[in-house]
Amino acid sequence: MLKVEGIEKSYNQGGLFSKNKQQVLKQVTFECQQGECLGIIGESGSGKSTLGRLILGIERPDCGTISLDGKDVQDRRVRMGNISAVFQNYTSSINPFLTVEAAIMEPMQAQQKLRKDQGNSEKVDLLLSQVGLDPSYRSKYPHELSGGEAQRVCIARAISTAPKLIVFDEAISSLDVSVQIQVLQLLKELKEIYKLSYVFITHDIQAAAYICDRVIIFREGQVVEIVPTKQLKDVQSDYAKRLLKHLITF
Amino acid sequence: MRILKNLSKDKLAMTSLVVIIVMIIAGIFAPLIAPHDPGQVNMKLRYASSSWDYLLGNDHLGRCVLSRLIYGIRPSVLWVLVALSLSVLIGAIVGFIAGYFKGKVDAWIMRVCDIMLSFPGYVMTLAVVGILGAGLENILIAFVWMKWAWFARVIRTSVMQFSDMDYVKFAKASGTPNLRIITKHIVPVTFADIAVIASGSMCSMMLQISGLSFLGLGIQAPHAEWGMMLNEAREVMFSRPELMLAPGLAIVVVVSAFNFLSDALQVALDPKLMTSQGKSDKSYESEVRKPAYEYSRG
Amino acid sequence: MNIVEVEHLKVWDTNTGKVIIHNSSFEVKQGSCMAIVGESGSGKSVTCRAIMRLNKPWIRQSGTMLFQGEDLNQLSEPEMRRKRGKHLCMILQNGMSAFDPSCVIGVHIRETLQQHFGWNTRVIEQKIIHAMESVMLRHPREILNQYPHQLSGGMLQRIMIALALVLEPDLIIADEPTTALDTISQYEVVEQLIQLRERMGCSMMFISHDLGVVQKIADDVMVMKDGEIVERGSMHSVLTEPKHAYTQYLVSTRLELSNHFKALMQGES
Repeated sequence: MLKVEGIEKSYNQGGLFSKNKQQVLKQVTFECQQGECLGIIGESGSGKSTLGRLILGIERPDCGTISLDGKDVQDRRVRMGNISAVFQNYTSSINPFLTVEAAIMEPMQAQQKLRKDQGNSEKVDLLLSQVGLDPSYRSKYPHELSGGEAQRVCIARAISTAPKLIVFDEAISSLDVSVQIQVLQLLKELKEIYKLSYVFITHDIQAAAYICDRVIIFREGQVVEIVPTKQLKDVQSDYAKRLLKHLITF
Repeated sequence: MRILKNLSKDKLAMTSLVVIIVMIIAGIFAPLIAPHDPGQVNMKLRYASSSWDYLLGNDHLGRCVLSRLIYGIRPSVLWVLVALSLSVLIGAIVGFIAGYFKGKVDAWIMRVCDIMLSFPGYVMTLAVVGILGAGLENILIAFVWMKWAWFARVIRTSVMQFSDMDYVKFAKASGTPNLRIITKHIVPVTFADIAVIASGSMCSMMLQISGLSFLGLGIQAPHAEWGMMLNEAREVMFSRPELMLAPGLAIVVVVSAFNFLSDALQVALDPKLMTSQGKSDKSYESEVRKPAYEYSRG
Repeated sequence: MNIVEVEHLKVWDTNTGKVIIHNSSFEVKQGSCMAIVGESGSGKSVTCRAIMRLNKPWIRQSGTMLFQGEDLNQLSEPEMRRKRGKHLCMILQNGMSAFDPSCVIGVHIRETLQQHFGWNTRVIEQKIIHAMESVMLRHPREILNQYPHQLSGGMLQRIMIALALVLEPDLIIADEPTTALDTISQYEVVEQLIQLRERMGCSMMFISHDLGVVQKIADDVMVMKDGEIVERGSMHSVLTEPKHAYTQYLVSTRLELSNHFKALMQGES
């Protein structure tokens, strides 16, 4: 469903006319099937956030294509209603001037699917209850919410348009561990209900192993290995083995 | 409105707002409010001190100082407001485009702004006035011409800071059209910064126009303008200092009012003061965002 | 022998009147590592900053804080400053903002060491390079000449540990030093901290919300919730047999993630 082929991305170091380029992504190719949760595990600086931005169409790759159901993701209309995202920093993920209700309805309004008179508040209530918040949260402002609550609102916003793919860019890294588990369980449930596909970008192997079906080990802009989660103990590459050895478990 | 409610907590800000509004209304309705014709010369009343008929006395040509003051609101305050709004509008549009799209668009726009900003302010104004001739319209054209680049730069900084926010990224990712993102997400957050720098620049613009009129380049006699009134009173500065008092005080009062309002707006427009119960949260009032404009107050 | 004894510590915010820490009392034994565990907002960082007296000016504290027998609350500011760095060292969470971004690392380190020891530049360089090599930082001379933004989070944390090595303090307070790091850096930093303790025999207060790291490094554990200490004891008793409901909740949620992973790695689906 999501096809990433031959992606390369580099950034200019220096001013407008400099020739110094820093290669961030090199020949990245992978696929994400319908209904699958694909994890991208990489250390900081490996380029996984850049990859996330490219999948979301926020930036343009130097070469290669990213396509959703055969159509290029760069086209805004392809993304509308089909792709959504949840980011790491929940304090800056919601416009501070909007209430929770307005924030959740925003992608639907942009798609003009929402008619002014019908069932808006019921839809918002339904979404809020699905992410585990009660309807009293509708009129709250983002700065009044705790980390876990704000991230749930972002998830509600992401599923509001029933997209095909949701990209999670370190979505649980800033949360407390107990809240992380709750959010991971929530995401698992939502995936079953809405038949979603996830791309889960993280550096936390244990969280990725909890929720993902397949995992990509990512290092310095390149795909090192792609392995189904069940076969994580049988990784072949040295880097993946090193990662697993260095993991601190409880 | 929420902004008014937040402002109403600050007594100084409310006073300033009231002063400004009264001033603007007086300026618009000057023919109805002014007791006498500002141009009416009466040589018998030269340098008369204040009387019941002429509340602030008469100037060197016997004209009523109060009426001249009221009529002077129009060029000194109202026209400056118009020029400021135009300048801010042009600067804002350019700033939004440069700050939101970044990359090459931003680079080229900023080079143009750099060129505009490298001309020294007063010299440019004098050059424009020299070419087009003296007069209020030409000075205001010169101001708009000079100032838009500065606004564009400051607004661009503010926009760049906000267009990196995750909610803008989310809107882009979910396929929202760019114009909708700018109007719905970026304009409301940058509005606070724009309002603050605009009200701050009001002061400098007013003072510059008064200064240029003082030099004789602005509005021409016999029209009333505060700077020009100061110029006329300059000749008798030591024998009749009270003639400088009226226009001088008026300028000080209006400039201070805009300054106080500008500072209060910065706090009032902070989104963290909004709460779901509609009440303002006292604990946040002491935290004030320090915007980029503080360092580049023109 | 206790190196730190805190009794009836109360911390409150004079702006809002809110009490952040209600009534904390605890001790840290000489040479041991006390971990403070809790979620965000529980007051762990505030407690440690209160010991260092580094809270913001409108946050006041009361109670006795005995450090090596001296009450830190009673010291004047210059005396407190002499204690910081030399006797009480703090390793912070965000390496990027812990160093001055406008000068290279070397300048910052030199300044700190000159302040406490008055050595000349050559001696300082020698000592710090030796320390940096022992925390596995390759090419220490080049690193000293780089700006903080050019280095990764893991490297900056290790530089802070190297600085602690040279300062040889009696108590190190580490405020979530591994939270912002990725897997491999986290492992290496924790190893370095363990070795640091073994080599210098100093005591440590380690703040974390990650129970896995706490299990590896701590001797005693203190669990905080909403400004109160809910459970205290040795690492084994608190983490394997938690008595308070909140500790049980923290342990069980963490276990869920770990157990799933362990089952995966052992080949059961």
